[in-house]
This record gives sequence, C-alpha cells and structure tokens, in this order.
Amino acid sequence: MSKEKNISTDLIEKEYTTLNLGPTHPATHGIFQNVLKMDGEIIVEAESTVGYIHRAFEKIAEHRNYYQITTLTDRLNYCSSPINNMAWHMSVEKLFNIEVPKRAQYLRVIIMELSRIADHLICNSVIGVDTGALTVYFYIFQLRELIYELFEEVCGARLTTNIGRVGGLERDFSPKAWATLDKILEEVPKGLKEFENLLVRNRIFMDRCIGCGPISAEMALQYSFTGPNLRAAGVDYDVRVMNPYSSYEEFDFIVPVGTNGDTYDRFMVREEEMWQSLSIIKQAREKLKKEPEGVFNANVPDFVLPPKEEVYNNMEALIYHFKIVMGEANVPKGEIYHAVEGGNGELGFYIISDGGRSPYRMHIRRPCFIYYQAYAEMIKGCLLSDAILTMSSMNVIAGELDA
Amino acid sequence: MDKEALLVKVQEKLKAEFGGGFISSELIADYPVFTLNRDIICDAVRFLYNDEELSFQFLTNLAGIHYPENKGHELGVMYQLHNLRKNYRIRLKVFFSINEPSIPSITPVFKGANWMERQEFDFFGIVFKGHPNLKRILNMDDMGYHPMRKEFPLEDGTREDKDDKMFGR
Amino acid sequence: MSEIEKSKVNIVKAPDGIEGPGFFVTTMDKAVGLGRKNSLWPLPFATSCCGIEFMATAASTYDLGRFGAERLSFSPRQADLLMVMGTISKKMTPVLRQVYQQMAEPRWVLAMGACASSGGIFDTYSVLQGIDRVIPVDVYIPGCPPRPEQVIDGILEIQKLALNETTRRRNQPEYKALMEKYGME
Repeated sequence: MSKEKNISTDLIEKEYTTLNLGPTHPATHGIFQNVLKMDGEIIVEAESTVGYIHRAFEKIAEHRNYYQITTLTDRLNYCSSPINNMAWHMSVEKLFNIEVPKRAQYLRVIIMELSRIADHLICNSVIGVDTGALTVYFYIFQLRELIYELFEEVCGARLTTNIGRVGGLERDFSPKAWATLDKILEEVPKGLKEFENLLVRNRIFMDRCIGCGPISAEMALQYSFTGPNLRAAGVDYDVRVMNPYSSYEEFDFIVPVGTNGDTYDRFMVREEEMWQSLSIIKQAREKLKKEPEGVFNANVPDFVLPPKEEVYNNMEALIYHFKIVMGEANVPKGEIYHAVEGGNGELGFYIISDGGRSPYRMHIRRPCFIYYQAYAEMIKGCLLSDAILTMSSMNVIAGELDA
Repeated sequence: MDKEALLVKVQEKLKAEFGGGFISSELIADYPVFTLNRDIICDAVRFLYNDEELSFQFLTNLAGIHYPENKGHELGVMYQLHNLRKNYRIRLKVFFSINEPSIPSITPVFKGANWMERQEFDFFGIVFKGHPNLKRILNMDDMGYHPMRKEFPLEDGTREDKDDKMFGR
Repeated sequence: MSEIEKSKVNIVKAPDGIEGPGFFVTTMDKAVGLGRKNSLWPLPFATSCCGIEFMATAASTYDLGRFGAERLSFSPRQADLLMVMGTISKKMTPVLRQVYQQMAEPRWVLAMGACASSGGIFDTYSVLQGIDRVIPVDVYIPGCPPRPEQVIDGILEIQKLALNETTRRRNQPEYKALMEKYGME
C-alpha cells in the first residue's frame, strides 16, 4: 500500500503469524486450545487441542454401580444435567427392561424440557456477550435461577442435579414445585420475549452473526453433527421425533430448521426450540391431569429405595435398602444403545453388561466431542473475532467434550 | 422395514459383496449387529454408504472394547451407522488380536470419524491405518500406556490418604 | 453524610487511627489492606461445572459486585485472586502453575469445589488430586458445585486475609519457605 519505495510490504504479506488461543482464554468459554495461523486478522489454518479436563468417565463407569454412574453424567453437559441423568436412567431401564409409568414419563419430560431451556438460554446469552451485548446475560440469569429453583425443589441441587432414579423419579413434585412451574411458565415467556426484542432484529447483532461460521448440510452430516447445530444447517434430525423416548411421540411440537448453518441460524434454532419446549411443558401438564396422583416410579425393588419408615420396621425393606446401596442388582447380560436429544444433540449411552455389578464397557456418544472437530475447518478464512462467535454459538461444553 | 427384515437385507448385501469378510450377524436388543473381518471394514462402510437402498450416510458412534479373555480377538471396534431418511440403524463390529492392533481407518468415508478414532487410539492403542493425524487426543502425549485396557488401574496411585484396609481394595 | 446514611449504600469503617481537625493518621498496612479487601480483582480460572455456578454468582441474582469483586480480570498480570473452579487434569496442571506464577504480589488462591480442592469424585489417572499439590491455596470452598452463597462466603474469607495481610509479605521467611516448597521463586 505504501507509495514509498524503500518500504516494502510484499514480505510482510507473505508471512503468517501463529496465534495461540487458549487453553485459558476468556473468550473460549471452556478450556480448548486452538493454534491459529493468521494472515493479519484472517485465519488461514487452525488446529484444535482438547483433553484439558479429561476425567476418564468411561474408565470410572467400569468400576461403579449402575446407580452411581448418574453422578458422572451430571458433569457431562453441566448446563443441562437433568437431560443427561434421564438419558442414563433410560439406558439402564432399557437394559433391565423396565417399563416406566406414564406419569413418571411426563414428569421427566417436564424436567428435560426445562433443562433444555436452561441450556439454550446460557448458550444464546453467551452469543450476546460475545457480540458485545452483556445486558442479556444478566437478564437471562434471572430466568435460569427460576429453573434452578424448581430443580432444587425436586432434587435438592441446582446444577449437578442427580435427578431421578432408575425406574422413575426419587420423589414426587411437591406443591411448591408445581407453584414454581406455574411461575416459570408465566415468567420465562416474558423474559424470552424481552431477550428476543433485544437481539433478534438488532441491526448490530444481525450484521455480526449472519454469515458468520457457516457450515453446509453435507459437511455437517459428514462430521456427524447433531442437535441445534445440525438443524441450523437445514437437516431436521431430532432424536425426540425419530426415535421417541419417554412418550415424546404423544407431544405436538415443531422441529425448527435453519438454512445457512451460520451463527444467526444456530441462535434462532435455539430460540425457537425454547418456545417449543415451553409448549411441550404445557402439554405435559395437561396430560398429567389425566394420570393417577402419586405415581412417580415403576415397581423396581432393585433400584427404588423403600421409604425410610419401612426400612426401620420391615425386614424385606431393610434388605432391599442394603442391596441397592451396595449396588447388588440382578443385572442382565446385554448390549444396548440408547440416545436422547440432549442440549447439544444426540447424547447416547452404549452399555455392554456382562452381568456384573458395573458395566463391562460404557461408551458415551458425546455430541460436543464429535462436532467440535469441525471447528478448525469452519473458522478457516474467518476473522478472528468471528471465530470466537462461532465457538460460542456451537455451544461447546468442555465437560462433555473431554468426558 | 422392521429390524428383522433389515438384518436379513444387510446380511444378504454384505455377503454378496464381501463373501468371506462377513462373519456373523444377530439382533441384539433393538440393533442388527454384524461382525466383519477387520480388513474389509472401510470398504464395507463405504459400500453401505453408497448403496442406494440402504445409504448409511451418518456415523453415530465409534467405540473400542477390550476382552482380555478372548485370546486372539482381544480388541474390538464397534461402529454405529444411521440412515437418517429411513431411520435404519445398524452396528458393525470387528475383533482382532492385541498383538497386532491395526485396522483400516474409515476417515476416507466419514470425516467425523477422525477424532473418534483418535480417542480409541488414545484409550486402547488401536492403530487406524490411513488416519491423517493419529495421535493422542485426551491424554498427554507422554502417557506411555493406553488407560482403557482392562489391566490398567483406574486410580491415580499418588494419593496417601486412603486406607485400603477399611475398603478392602 | 446524612444523605449516605439514609441510602442503602454501605461505607466501610475507617481503620483505627488518630483523628483530628483536617487530618487522619493510620498505618500504611491498614489503609492498603482496606483498599485491597474491597476491590479484589478475581481471575476466574473456570474449567467445568463450578464455572457455571460462578457465572450465576457474578450475574444479577447474587451479584458479586456487592463485595467489590465484580471486576473480573482475565489477565493474570492484573489479578489478585486466582479462583480455580473445576477439575484440573494433569494436562492442565502446567498451565495452572504458569498462570499462578504470572500473577503479581499480593496474590491469593481460592479453590472452589471438590475437584479443585481434592480431585473430588474423579480419583482417576488423568486428574490432579487437588490443586494444592502444585500451587499454595488460601481458601477452599467445599461443594460439588458450591452454591453461590458459599462462593460469596469464600470471597469474604479472602477479604479477611486481604485486610490483615502485611504489605511486606513477600519478605517474610514463612512466605519464602512456602514458595520454596512449591519450587517457585
């Protein structure tokens, strides 16, 4: 560009800078390392390194009883732990051939959809933060706190919930929980509307997000994308529809799809999914009215702890209590795969049982791990600031990625 | 097409195409499972990908497994394929000796297999021939062993606060 | 003065000293400690679940800003409090050590959650069994993950340390011995 002859820019233009993004970088939302080869502000090549919080879930699972593994699943995608818990319970139920009562299934649907809302809220608010709109993050956390309140009422914990048991739930929804659910159904749509008013048609937000980090449907399928990221690329694959579990086939909901697979589409798909989740929760409430009160788990003495009074006064109950706590269940031999639609996509558990008290092999299909490998290719040719936005819109959760 | 029909259909096609490479098939829970010879795995996956009727064009899952008792077939790899249009799901399995843990990579067919194969290499030491970048992914490069093999312990071994007498370890 | 008394704003009490018309005398340590206590700049070293709970602490409902610690510093050079939140794997250990070493004095370390404190439920080949094996820790917060109230309690404990810390800490023999134990300068 320089007119002066003694300043040559030819040399500079051909040289690339190597930039190290991560593993502890405020913009990466988790610990991933990306080594970027930069031409000025444009990324020429990228390489991702992961494994910074590898905790060996699959190895631990080979040494724990079936009910103890639930605590591990909490820590997979910690933005939506209840979905992971339920996925694990349903996998074990499939292995043990346990039929869960309809009422428990609907209660599970309510919990899963609430946690899907909590998951998508945090992802979308982080997209807001990365585009410079910090306000939405503060708004959103009030809604999340409401959802946490319900989880606390149902299971006692906020984030790592360990909610439910094999065969159903560990306790029924209390009147307080129903009241909180009513409050959620009243407050969350309002908050969500406000959130959308701030971002969806915001010129700055649109300019920043549209066309940023796109992926084509073909490429997304090649990389085994699932969940909102795949749907944003235009493929309507949703496990809830294709392989329904927990009575999802009875619910009426829309699977939103995008067209370009860019950040804006991913954002909008998540937005719409939250509205659909709210509608599913309302439908589940209606369905619950027809079900008998007080039923919240199947009759599986192998997994459902007897009430405390029984344990103290009844020999049989005491034996079952002891057996459950020591993890002595009559485990059938078998090999199953069960998948649910997690916050990020198809979350599947592959269990091989040899009849022992813990699985012989447990493999988790972690959607994050599988789709994050496309990140290096997606950001090629992008600006550095768009790469950050692409990462936050993909909702990469380190805990799920590294397991 | 229900599961049994799918099982028969895929079995016929694989037998016709690969003959001796096909070893056995069975229906486990709700999955048709096919055991194949390891040398043909990449070709079989490509064949199922390109087959017009079956078109298994989505790789759901890939997992390794270690059976120390099965002499000669200690290590295995499981592939789960999915036809998203017709919702067919199948599982392919290969088994091979731990002394020669190598198997053709399926990365030429599915790009998404890249990290999944790296993970199984990291965990079990299965060498995927033809993989573009086969190195450890989750553990450190200098780890020196493949931790998911059954003979290696789960625990760290540096903790001094555990009383083994009490827990019978 | 009366305006402030009426409002809900709390003003910290001045340290002990000699007061007279137009002047106030106290020791340097007390004045500096007061300042440090009420304007901690935490570096959130968030790796997993506890990080989300810290986000909740920093957000609107719990509002860490009430304790003067809302200015998150993502650069270790400008932070006084290293908040380690989440599992630290062996692969991450050198990074954590490097971040700690980059921090300028005075520096405090808060281990949030069971994983950072002791490895938690992950007693495995890949997880560091407590960050106190590689860096000195001042306050541990139990919980998996701790509730936001507990995080705030941990910050208040750090504030007590900050208030009473001498400005010459790094010259003390105990401190030098501690650093030597961890192989740091």
